[in-house]
Amino acid sequence: MVKRRVGMGPSPYKDDDVTYAYNGKKVIAVDGDELWRKIKENFGDEVEGEVKTFTAGVKRKKEYKEIWLKISRERFHDLVKWMNEIQPSHLAVASGRDAGEEIELIYHFSLFYGIRGREISVNVKVSLPKNDPVIDTITDVIPGALITEREKQEMLGIKVRNIPDPRRVFTSDELPEGYYPWRNDNDPEVEKEVVRDLSKEGL
Amino acid sequence: MAEKTFTVPIGPIHPALKEIESFILTVDGERVIKVDLDLGYSHRGLEYVVTHRCNPIQAIYIAERICGICSTSHPYAYVQSMEHAADITPPERAEIIRAIIAELERIHSHILWAGVAAHEIGFDTLLHWTWMIRENVLDVLETITGNRVSYAMYTIGGVRRDIDEKGIRQIRASAKYYREVFDKLVEVFVEDTTVKMRTRDIGILTREEAERQVAVGPTARGSGVPKDVRYDKPYSAYADLEIYPILPDEFTHEETKGDVYDRIVVRIFEVLQSVHILEDLCDLLETTPGPITYQQNLVVVLNQLKRAVGEGIGRHEAPRGEVFHYSMLNKREQPVVWKVRAPTYNNYASWIPMMKGAQIADIPIVIASIDPCLSCADRMTVVDERTGESKVMTLQQMREMGWRKTKEIRRRVK
Repeated sequence: MVKRRVGMGPSPYKDDDVTYAYNGKKVIAVDGDELWRKIKENFGDEVEGEVKTFTAGVKRKKEYKEIWLKISRERFHDLVKWMNEIQPSHLAVASGRDAGEEIELIYHFSLFYGIRGREISVNVKVSLPKNDPVIDTITDVIPGALITEREKQEMLGIKVRNIPDPRRVFTSDELPEGYYPWRNDNDPEVEKEVVRDLSKEGL
Repeated sequence: MAEKTFTVPIGPIHPALKEIESFILTVDGERVIKVDLDLGYSHRGLEYVVTHRCNPIQAIYIAERICGICSTSHPYAYVQSMEHAADITPPERAEIIRAIIAELERIHSHILWAGVAAHEIGFDTLLHWTWMIRENVLDVLETITGNRVSYAMYTIGGVRRDIDEKGIRQIRASAKYYREVFDKLVEVFVEDTTVKMRTRDIGILTREEAERQVAVGPTARGSGVPKDVRYDKPYSAYADLEIYPILPDEFTHEETKGDVYDRIVVRIFEVLQSVHILEDLCDLLETTPGPITYQQNLVVVLNQLKRAVGEGIGRHEAPRGEVFHYSMLNKREQPVVWKVRAPTYNNYASWIPMMKGAQIADIPIVIASIDPCLSCADRMTVVDERTGESKVMTLQQMREMGWRKTKEIRRRVK
């Protein structure tokens, strides 16, 4: 019989509450404001953004922070590399939207995971002009980013430079070339062909 | 001698497992040497549907139907993202109820998975036993929410039903029940020699690989990455509890290998962790009276959301790992952007290192070991590249290969 309260209380791993250890290296978490200051220090005026604070908890309130920033596509890869040197970066996913003249990608990273209550979501926005929607791949730094990059290619019509595998992931092979489901400027004729409202067709 | 390899496509349709997907394996004899995934067979374009046809309240029920097993995880993350986008704070009691439903779901999901895993390695008695003990938590969910799946409990700014005293009593009784059967669960999954021999050193995902492939949930924890949203960035009522991520070496007292066995250990002990969390949340719920939603009138909520401008992310540790939602509102009837990231989306890539070097007989359990929310193997077509001959192998035949392997191991143990 397991008498202990498994999974509750202080971590049984030494120092895991304050540091994240991997490959003999140790990661010491910093506060969201401090991380934002460091980003500013390294990337200067090329980044703009803010730190958002949220509160969680019922009886014991805890604060947590999110960083939302914007960076040019030329410097984006450097930022990802810089974050990866702090800790093997976790990319949750990249989302994106059609913002009129531009396509805005938002990469959602997590830093300082594995340290109690210290994780910071870093949401990085990159704008790409529609006439030249090209961005460098980050799979050389985070190999797990491949599926989300492939998805952005087929859904938003961007081009990821040096992507190791450019095939479609989720859309079917029958979807016409040049139709991108998340874009607002699709040809209405093609849209009519591709999108069906089954409830209106009595199905 | 010329090298002779075969290409083995698995999938995309199979009725017994949860969803559809296709694997293209290149095998040399029994060993898998190359893996390719073909995804998207069940992509339903829900993000398009929501951003073109649904208002934010209707979208909750779309989110709930993304997955039948984690039917609270998606609404949980979705309502968080909407609340951040529109600057809404749910009341305290609602935060506790949300966490309770999520933990009840984790128990049923992990036990369901344990049954599937038992079936894949040929222990059908165990499959039926685990699914029998799973009924208890489903009964509790039915009493509290009215449904066995798709609970419709979450709404933007709170929850839709309160948990009364009778409900709390029933949750406590259920927690006691799982405490009692837990020893048996450990005995049959963790301590059993055959299960251990059958799953040890199979489907290995090293810690470095798990970090590089951005794995989440029990798949990452099974490889020794201490990653759990409830611990990393406590949200809702989880901030009141002291939770730490379950890692296999605490229980196996061996070095973490990141194999199927380690992932089994993580999931089994997470059942017990959820029981502890539930008991603590019940204590908290009893001492926290108050409303369950910030605004009962949905028309008012909808109007507020229609006028709101903002964006937000919602994260929840689902049974399979982190669920991530991003929503953006911009003075429109529908959300402008909605991006859903289910845990399996991140765990897809982990299959590739896991399957490399595995035997065909091990493929079903390796596929099942990440608890895919989107998987399946219907048939295998074995194509001989040199002669062009092909023969179709059903999943059943493949499973039987797996079962034969278990029987052999069992003979050796006796």
